[in-house]
Amino acid sequence: MIQVRDLKKNFGPKAAVNGVSFTVERGEVLGFLGPNGAGKSTTMRMITGFIPPTEGSIKIGDHDMLENPLPAKRLIGYLPENAPSYTDMTVAGFLGFTAELRGMSGDAKKKAVERVIEMCFLENVRHQSVDTLSKGYRHRTCFAQSIIHDPDVLVLDEPTDGLDPNQKHEVRTLIRRMGEKKAIIFSTHILEEVEAVCSRAVIIDRGKIVANGTPRDLKMRAPTAGAVLVQFTDGNGADVAQKVGALPGIDRAEVVGERPLTVRAYPHKRSASEDTARAINELAAKERWPLQQLHVEEGRLDEVFRSITLPDTKKEATK
Amino acid sequence: MGNIWTITKRELRGYFASPVAFVFIVIFLLLAGFFTFMIAQFFKVGQATLSQTSYSPMFFGWHPWLYLFLVPAVGMRMWSEERRLGTIELLLTMPITPWQAILGKFLASWAVVAIALALTFPVWITVNYLGNPDNGVIVGGYIGSLLMAGAYLSITAMTSAMTRNQVVAFIVAVVISLFLILAGFPPVTDMLVTWAQPWIVDLIAAFSVMTHFESIQKGVLDSRDILYFVSVMAFCLFTTSTIIRAHRAG
Ligand SMILES: Nc1ncnc2c1ncn2[C@@H]1O[C@H](COP(=O)(O)OP(=O)(O)OP(=O)(O)O)[C@@H](O)[C@H]1O
Ligand SMILES: [Mg+2]
Repeated sequence: MIQVRDLKKNFGPKAAVNGVSFTVERGEVLGFLGPNGAGKSTTMRMITGFIPPTEGSIKIGDHDMLENPLPAKRLIGYLPENAPSYTDMTVAGFLGFTAELRGMSGDAKKKAVERVIEMCFLENVRHQSVDTLSKGYRHRTCFAQSIIHDPDVLVLDEPTDGLDPNQKHEVRTLIRRMGEKKAIIFSTHILEEVEAVCSRAVIIDRGKIVANGTPRDLKMRAPTAGAVLVQFTDGNGADVAQKVGALPGIDRAEVVGERPLTVRAYPHKRSASEDTARAINELAAKERWPLQQLHVEEGRLDEVFRSITLPDTKKEATK
Repeated sequence: MGNIWTITKRELRGYFASPVAFVFIVIFLLLAGFFTFMIAQFFKVGQATLSQTSYSPMFFGWHPWLYLFLVPAVGMRMWSEERRLGTIELLLTMPITPWQAILGKFLASWAVVAIALALTFPVWITVNYLGNPDNGVIVGGYIGSLLMAGAYLSITAMTSAMTRNQVVAFIVAVVISLFLILAGFPPVTDMLVTWAQPWIVDLIAAFSVMTHFESIQKGVLDSRDILYFVSVMAFCLFTTSTIIRAHRAG
């Protein structure tokens, strides 16, 4: 549904987006990650036709956004960053206005407004002026606007920004559910969100895609992915680490916490994690260490994110 | 067409939801009344015509000056506000063309001025009651006044597209409009002829709203004058679309 090829955007001499390509199919939810200023919003603005790219092509469904913007725009629902809305309107008035711009009128319009008011829990503020809404409600109003025409493509720039935990949960559930039938792309700084919602994630840094894969794949790239974490209720840290580290197939072991004593062991090969875990288990039984728990680490997305996007650790991660 | 109307409706609601429209209408009516009745001593000029008699500005004669400040005040929010709130990003990612947005907004602000102008009808009734004015001239005056307001508004649309700051949009619009007035303002043209060739003065004056408004309010609806106002609007709105496009391109 969304096809982006070699997208570039220069602001003056500065390249905000520098050669981004990806596709999102129906039934996919693509998470867009990246540090501040990476070019996420700029990319989304180009996809939705707000700003023209310096170079590259954008296809929405069968329509080229640059050559034939109107049919392409019809397919998209867009929640811009900071969720702008007309402050001099009421919630229902604003939603009605956007429904009209989406070509609805009369009963269809009324129904569409009712539907999104219910979906986004705006019932008790429907007659309130947007001006006087709290930030979260304002955000939800703009989110409601983006789904009012039940679009095939959804572009959401930080959709859970400013929402309370319950609402965050609701919006995630909603995105995941809608993602079964739509092509969704959304940006976020909350990494758990990516794991909870996305079928695929892209990390973008300084205008370039630096990682692209399922959340699981990405987590595998964490330095600790595949390491074995063991916890003992008691014990001598240095001694345990030394003995665990000496096991065959283990690169090194380090103490990461006292009380309970926690040791992380890195196997030579990630595929050997299970064997390593078994070996450590046997060692613990032999040495009579009070084993509390032992598991193979999946890796954490924030570690991946940091290792990929922090300049000083960059070399280490690609090694 | 439908989209233009949708946007015009929204803008009009916006104007009347905020005090902008009411303040404009009230001030316009007060000032129009004040200038007409107090300064021009409407009642003392025995013959009641709504137009100028020689250089004594009566009703319409004040409009170029009234509009100078009031019309930019109405139009300054047109695009600045949209940029300040970020709603321009919503509006221009809707399945509408930028032209529909530009026209819809422009028409809404023009309608606000038209409403204010229409509310001066008691003046019209009064002159008809007091005397026997040439109503054709008065209708011409209204048309000319509306066209002139449209020209000022298009200038304001252009300046408000340049900035997210309404005050800046207002000031720049006032300055440009002032130029358009002064280029054909008799005291200024009288001064200019002492320095420049008459044809140069005429050429400059041809760009002035005064030159064109004057003949219309005298009851002469010349197609060239109408063309002038329409061209100013077309040019300024076209520039508005160019500015918006450039702003989007970054
Ligand atoms: N209109 C503009 N003019 C000049 N530079 C711009 C403009 N818009 C964005 N930029 C620059 O482009 C870069 C990318 O910005 P963008 O808003 O896409 O980042 P982002 O990934 O969305 O960041 P964040 O996580 O903070 O939202 C930034 O360095 C920003 O300063
Ligand atoms: Mg952003």
